[in-house]
Amino acid sequence: MDEVDLAIRDGEFFTMLGPSGSGKTTCLRLIAGFEQPTAGHIEIFGERADGVPPYLRNVNTVFQSYALFPHMNVLDNVAFGLRVKGVSRVERLKAAEEALAMVELAGYGSRRAGELSGGQRQRVALARALINKPRVLLLDEPLGALDLKLREQMQEELRKLQRALGLTFVFVTHDQEEALSMADRVAVFAEGRIQQVGSAEDIYRRPASRFVADFVGSSNVIPADFAGVGAAGQWASLRPEDITLDPAGREAVVTGRYFHGRVVKLALDVGGQALTALVAPRDDLPDAGRATRIAWDPARVHLMERGS
Amino acid sequence: MHSDTRAPLPLKLAAAGGLFFLLAPIALIFVYAFTTEEKSFQWPPPGFTLKWLGVTLNRPDVWEALFLSLRVAAISTVIALALGTLTAAAVARSRFFGRETISLLVILPIALPGIITGISLRSAFSLLEIPFSTWTIVLGHATFCIVIVYNNAVARFRRTSGALIDAAMDLGADGVQTFTLVILPNIATALLAGGMLAFALSFDEVIVTTFTAGQQTTLPIWMLEELVRPRQRPVTNVVAMAVVLVTVLPILAAYYLTRDGEHTAGAEK
Repeated sequence: MDEVDLAIRDGEFFTMLGPSGSGKTTCLRLIAGFEQPTAGHIEIFGERADGVPPYLRNVNTVFQSYALFPHMNVLDNVAFGLRVKGVSRVERLKAAEEALAMVELAGYGSRRAGELSGGQRQRVALARALINKPRVLLLDEPLGALDLKLREQMQEELRKLQRALGLTFVFVTHDQEEALSMADRVAVFAEGRIQQVGSAEDIYRRPASRFVADFVGSSNVIPADFAGVGAAGQWASLRPEDITLDPAGREAVVTGRYFHGRVVKLALDVGGQALTALVAPRDDLPDAGRATRIAWDPARVHLMERGS
Repeated sequence: MHSDTRAPLPLKLAAAGGLFFLLAPIALIFVYAFTTEEKSFQWPPPGFTLKWLGVTLNRPDVWEALFLSLRVAAISTVIALALGTLTAAAVARSRFFGRETISLLVILPIALPGIITGISLRSAFSLLEIPFSTWTIVLGHATFCIVIVYNNAVARFRRTSGALIDAAMDLGADGVQTFTLVILPNIATALLAGGMLAFALSFDEVIVTTFTAGQQTTLPIWMLEELVRPRQRPVTNVVAMAVVLVTVLPILAAYYLTRDGEHTAGAEK
């Protein structure tokens, strides 16, 4: 990982987004304390945290693989954090029951982790991390192993939980839609560096670099003069959904047409420049190989600060 | 896994023959433990008696050898458990320069012929002027006992997700708590199995012991000596019978224990 300068605010839902190997998980592991920085430092609520082992940090983690202890039942898993703190058995099991109820798993305490579904394990991992009342909860691609329906449901629940508890959530994901829909702020990672930090809308509407534009919502990254917003040598981002079919627009050749359900993806060739457009499905959409005319509102084109 | 088709008769006969060939000599040892003939092994035995059991119980040399063997096996197993587990943890859990070499070097004592281990230990002891004692035997046995424990532990460590350790530390467990509450329960059956196998191996070891024992006789060595000078021969058979029981039971137990450990979890997705 390279230089990363990041300030996460108290009580916010912060998402670290990036492809695998971009350094987002390393960043999370640095905050959790599983790894130590070779240079620079980490502060958690104003206290120097580098060199502090994970078990002394007021930070808890929900792991990608859940990492539930296979030799314990669900209740003991959840109570583990209190057990190592020396809380009495009666007290910690009571607290664990409450934590399970919070994630809607009351009554599952005597089961083994292996007997639960993926979504249930996810909730147990969440309850186990929250029982320590951390000020920051770290979530390492916690929804990656769940199917789409369940994932959407968990996204909503996580968001609610975060608001209800008023905790800081640091959420790592490679799914840009997940990042945009859940986070107060998003940091986009690539190659061990932060590419951009901002609100979801900021990142989407005003990507700072070609990488961000392409990774978040697969934008058309085109020369600025072609887009009609700047000088040659600059780059602009044009969102595929901002391109419309317009009989008065520029000439384009459809090179491919892909039906996606809610939208149709059109691959276009505009005078040698490849573009992707997302349009609403209609009966009269041009087939692949046909000519058509397209247009876009120059106000929707974002001129990027960096070309790379 | 089994197929529905029945095995043809010739195959059954061959299998039975093979098993007979393997097990008949062992059965013979059991039979001769009860024979009335004490000078030579005669087939069929002229008669059967239980008196050798009593004779064996009253022979102090048998007890001495037995206790020495048990002591050596116990100490070697304890040493092997400690060192083997630590080595396995290091090799399976971390990356460092020479890791592959170390894992090879650890396994080497069991790949090398026992006679090499024996000779090299003996020359090392005499070079360092270490007098032969129970401890030299223990050292010899520990070399291969460590391998057994190491192999069992390293396989289990590899199947146990490293995230479990992260999770324990994350939830506030310090090093000792992580070890006793999370690591140990997850590797316990592997250690038990490894320890039992190591114990059994040490208990009937002859070659390395010959080179490292000095004047003391472990049970297998004692049996070898008894065979050379015949005196109350069936006593050897009674002892052999006891050894078979003492070694087979732990091995069976180890087999059943590791069989259940197949699904060591923690890495479920």
